[in-house]
Amino acid sequence: MTVAAIERPPNLTRQSSPEGARLSLSGDWTLVASHRLEAAAARIVEEASRDRMIIFDLAQVSRLDTAGAWLINRARHELARRGVAVALEHVRPEYSTLLEEAHYRAFEAPARPRFKLVFVLLSDLGESTVGALREFYRGVSFLGEFVASMIYVAQHPKRFRFTALVAQIELICFRSVPIIVLINVLVGGIVAQQGIFQLLKFGASSYTVSLIGILVLRELGVLLTSIMIAGRSGSAITACLGSMKMREEVDALLVMGLSPMEVLIAPRVLGLVIALPILTFVADMAALFGGMIVSWWYGGISPVAFASLLKEAIALHTFLVGIIKAPFMALVIGLIASMDGLETKGSAESLGQQVTSSVVKSIFMVIVMDGLFAVFFASIDY
Amino acid sequence: MSSPSTYADGAAERRPNRDVIISVRDLVIGFGDVTIVKGLNLDVFRGEVLGVVGGSGQGKSVLTRAILGLVPARGGAIRIFGQDRDALAPAERRILEQRWGVLFQNGALFSGLTVKQNIQMPMRETREISHHLMDELAMLKLELVGLPPDAADKLPSELSGGMVKRAALARALALDPELVFLDEPTSGLDPIGAAEFDELIGTLQQTLGLTVFMVTHDLDSLYSICDRVAALAEGRVIAAGPLETLLESDHPWLKAYFHGVRGGRLTAARMEHKDEEWKPAPTTR
Ligand SMILES: Nc1ncnc2c1ncn2[C@@H]1O[C@H](COP(=O)(O)OP(=O)(O)O)[C@@H](O)[C@H]1O
Ligand SMILES: [Mg+2]
Repeated sequence: MTVAAIERPPNLTRQSSPEGARLSLSGDWTLVASHRLEAAAARIVEEASRDRMIIFDLAQVSRLDTAGAWLINRARHELARRGVAVALEHVRPEYSTLLEEAHYRAFEAPARPRFKLVFVLLSDLGESTVGALREFYRGVSFLGEFVASMIYVAQHPKRFRFTALVAQIELICFRSVPIIVLINVLVGGIVAQQGIFQLLKFGASSYTVSLIGILVLRELGVLLTSIMIAGRSGSAITACLGSMKMREEVDALLVMGLSPMEVLIAPRVLGLVIALPILTFVADMAALFGGMIVSWWYGGISPVAFASLLKEAIALHTFLVGIIKAPFMALVIGLIASMDGLETKGSAESLGQQVTSSVVKSIFMVIVMDGLFAVFFASIDY
Repeated sequence: MSSPSTYADGAAERRPNRDVIISVRDLVIGFGDVTIVKGLNLDVFRGEVLGVVGGSGQGKSVLTRAILGLVPARGGAIRIFGQDRDALAPAERRILEQRWGVLFQNGALFSGLTVKQNIQMPMRETREISHHLMDELAMLKLELVGLPPDAADKLPSELSGGMVKRAALARALALDPELVFLDEPTSGLDPIGAAEFDELIGTLQQTLGLTVFMVTHDLDSLYSICDRVAALAEGRVIAAGPLETLLESDHPWLKAYFHGVRGGRLTAARMEHKDEEWKPAPTTR
């Protein structure tokens, strides 16, 4: 038995005799013939449409599958519509079951509404706006739920899952240290190099140290850390909660009378809130170190000189401005990640979408929050 | 065709005038240190429904996956349609793979595609036919497996368990295969749904002239549609043949399986009606 491409293409020959016309079908009437099968079926209609009555002789058909049976039946239907009577002859028993099973019926395609492009655009715009507002509303109510459950936990500290919290801190905090240190050393170095290079034109390269100190401590340290953690831990939280939601684990918690907010979300968000300030501190130190090394090597500012210049440039509040922001960033990242995770629908595809959306949204919100803090600190002159 | 090898139930097995569609010889499969399949022999004949039974974790899925080429074998030979797949060129192998259809244990429908697109996937990739015909054939297959037309545009996540199985069966049948693999087709279905599914497989098998390789836990399926049963235990086929011969086997597992608490009740009930041969119920469509 060969498996290669079809060796007997579907064919038909027409014989006219005094008793009437006869179409004799031959070859493999199967889907393997691809377009040749459709072409042969089209020829049936063509050949027979002139007659009043015709006989299909299936004696020579070597193979028949659902597609072949369907096309023969469709041709019969088409001929009947044109007033041609068709009779079948020499149908093998197994083919006749198949022909019966694949008898012709019209499959109506469900009507799809068609709109003009303008309407589609406008309705999409409206939908996205409403969607964004709803999302914001849900975010605020989710925050409320979180705060309520924190208050409850504060009243019943025994019920709090400290083991889970510690596990989360390890996962979020300690395992992120290498990558956070690495990118911050690099960024500190880059800022130092650019500062020295540009300020040298004014003969003011020693101001580089204030530039590094203030920029890193106030903005870059916390911002880079938050973005990194949004990508690293935020996505992990969404994926974890999302897959739990998909496998009905969240529902299992609910029917046990446990609140997912307490069991799943609180340890993760609290873990983030504790981890992010620590990581921000680590990031600050790493960036200052990178800046110091590059200043020494590229700008000729010795570490001792760097330290004394830095001491003049910054005060404690410079450092605190960065650190104060960290827990808020953590809260935003954690809440967005948890909320998106719990919104996962049944499919793996939806999980992927939720993870992407969680990361994009939390990075965006981190930057927006940073802007708001900048305005706030400027207005209170801190 | 089958070589007189170390077959479990030799005499019942050798029927020289039947066409062997799958032949497995001395198959060995393992993962890491454990060997799951230890020298397994099995023949599947053209046009039959073979039920493969065995306890959970005995390697039924692994055997199926090995025949399908998804799990590498450590030893032995598998011939399908008389060909050794490992010796085939990639193009020939693809043609061979178009001659079978597979219903995976959990359906394995593509979650990003609608049911109709799922059914059309094999056609779209391998056949040059018009969209119109593809739509019609998909709807025909859908009707053949007993799904309502409005299921066509649903995503797999919107279907119930039984509907997923039916849609997956429709996809397995998309290219009118000669050979169909079913991995626990009725698990997770309610008894009525399972009985309907059995009946569906029986009907389709007769209409389309299929050969069916069916892994199952379901005693009802064995009684109602299987021509032959192969029992897997200890990494090999401990018995294969018509159900009646297995019922008389002395193997402890088979005894427990057929004559245990649940199996026994069913076996007793069936034995009373031994003379009434099962026939597929006429389709009511
Ligand atoms: N990819 C794999 N790696 C390691 N072990 C496997 C793998 N697939 C299956 N197994 C093991 O093989 C055994 C048989 O599994 P399976 O064939 O799925 O059982 P069943 O008969 O219930 O279908 C099980 O013990 C399982 O743990
Ligand atoms: Mg299995």
